[in-house]
Amino acid sequence: MVTDLNTAIWNTLAAFLTFCIFSFLYKDNPFYKIAEHIVVGVSAGYFAVILYWNGLVPKLWNPVVKQGKWYYLIPGLLGLIMWTRFSKKYAWISRFSISFYMGIATGVAVPLYMQNFVIRQLSSTMLPVHFKNSVGFFNLLIIVGVLCALIYFFFSKEHKGAMGSAARVGIWTLMVGFGAGFGLTVMGRVSLLIDRVIFLKNYFTSIFGHIL
Amino acid sequence: MRRQLPILIVFVSGVFMVIQYFIPHESFEFIYEYAMDWIIIIGIFAMLLGLWSLTRASVSKVQAKAPGWGFSVMTLVGLATMLFLGFYKGNKSIAEGTFFMDLFWYIYTPIQATMFSLLAFYIASAAYRSFRVRTVLATILLVTALIIMLRLIPLGPISGVNQWLASWILTVPNMAAKRAIWIGVGLGATATALKIIFGIERAYMGKD
Repeated sequence: MVTDLNTAIWNTLAAFLTFCIFSFLYKDNPFYKIAEHIVVGVSAGYFAVILYWNGLVPKLWNPVVKQGKWYYLIPGLLGLIMWTRFSKKYAWISRFSISFYMGIATGVAVPLYMQNFVIRQLSSTMLPVHFKNSVGFFNLLIIVGVLCALIYFFFSKEHKGAMGSAARVGIWTLMVGFGAGFGLTVMGRVSLLIDRVIFLKNYFTSIFGHIL
Repeated sequence: MRRQLPILIVFVSGVFMVIQYFIPHESFEFIYEYAMDWIIIIGIFAMLLGLWSLTRASVSKVQAKAPGWGFSVMTLVGLATMLFLGFYKGNKSIAEGTFFMDLFWYIYTPIQATMFSLLAFYIASAAYRSFRVRTVLATILLVTALIIMLRLIPLGPISGVNQWLASWILTVPNMAAKRAIWIGVGLGATATALKIIFGIERAYMGKD
């Protein structure tokens, strides 16, 4: 594999940092700490720049300066007074911008969460139950599983008798769900690991391929 | 005024945003879009606040020559480099192929990906520890995880059975569990949002 000098230098840096992070498998060490602190600085800088160019400029600068929408100065001012958090004397002023943020965010969240997380899930659970084929029976299992898992989370009544049995079925259902989540997470992480190993293999092939 | 006015602002804006959801009129759509822009702008200023906080913490660590201060220098160098490269050519600085984006692709991405891939090792030891607990629930969890993980691996004559079982687990009991969790999350989030709107939950205001 042939690669140009510029890419080779960048890949060497990426490979070095990859090894720095992998060194944590042995124990916490200065190489890991270097990579960890670099990524904190780089990611903070990256997201600040991206938020400025893709957020602040189109949402605040352009409307005010280019489109003459002066009312956009209000959220800008509210954003600026967030900085009073640094003063012990004037920190209370920042509550006004936080309260606007909280009010709008929570107000939007109420119907949104109810619609997407409660009503949609409940309507999707209302499945036809029959015993003509396995689908109808599996639908029954889904309905029972959802109800029992919800009963497990219901703490206003003691989990005894019928409630206790339902809660037990509920926790079994939840454990299957957590197991599936665990398995999928492991697979995702192993995929990332394979990707890093392939990257290192390609890197070494590109650098030392002609020697080996 | 210091506490009552913010509570009133949360209440009025919160109730208004709930009501506007049910009124399909273009003036309400305009207000919704404007309100969304508001919180994005305020959120960006809050993020910059975090950036300043990180800088201040790192600088004071370096100035005090606290243990590990050299690592804070690394953070500051990384931050300053990205900020300089991200602004010195205007909005062209963030175009693909610039030094700024190279730093992102060759420093940020490999470190993040490797950090997440490390979890593959630790998750294996976590699985071993939960297996040692030897309870019915831990066994259900691990057996399910094993079936899911093996579904993409050729297992000879039992491949078909395993794939059917994995598919059944994902679409029946897993679906039931996830739905119950989502319903719980939805109700919990709604209750918390209502508590904030009605001024019962005030932790966001901090202390006087």
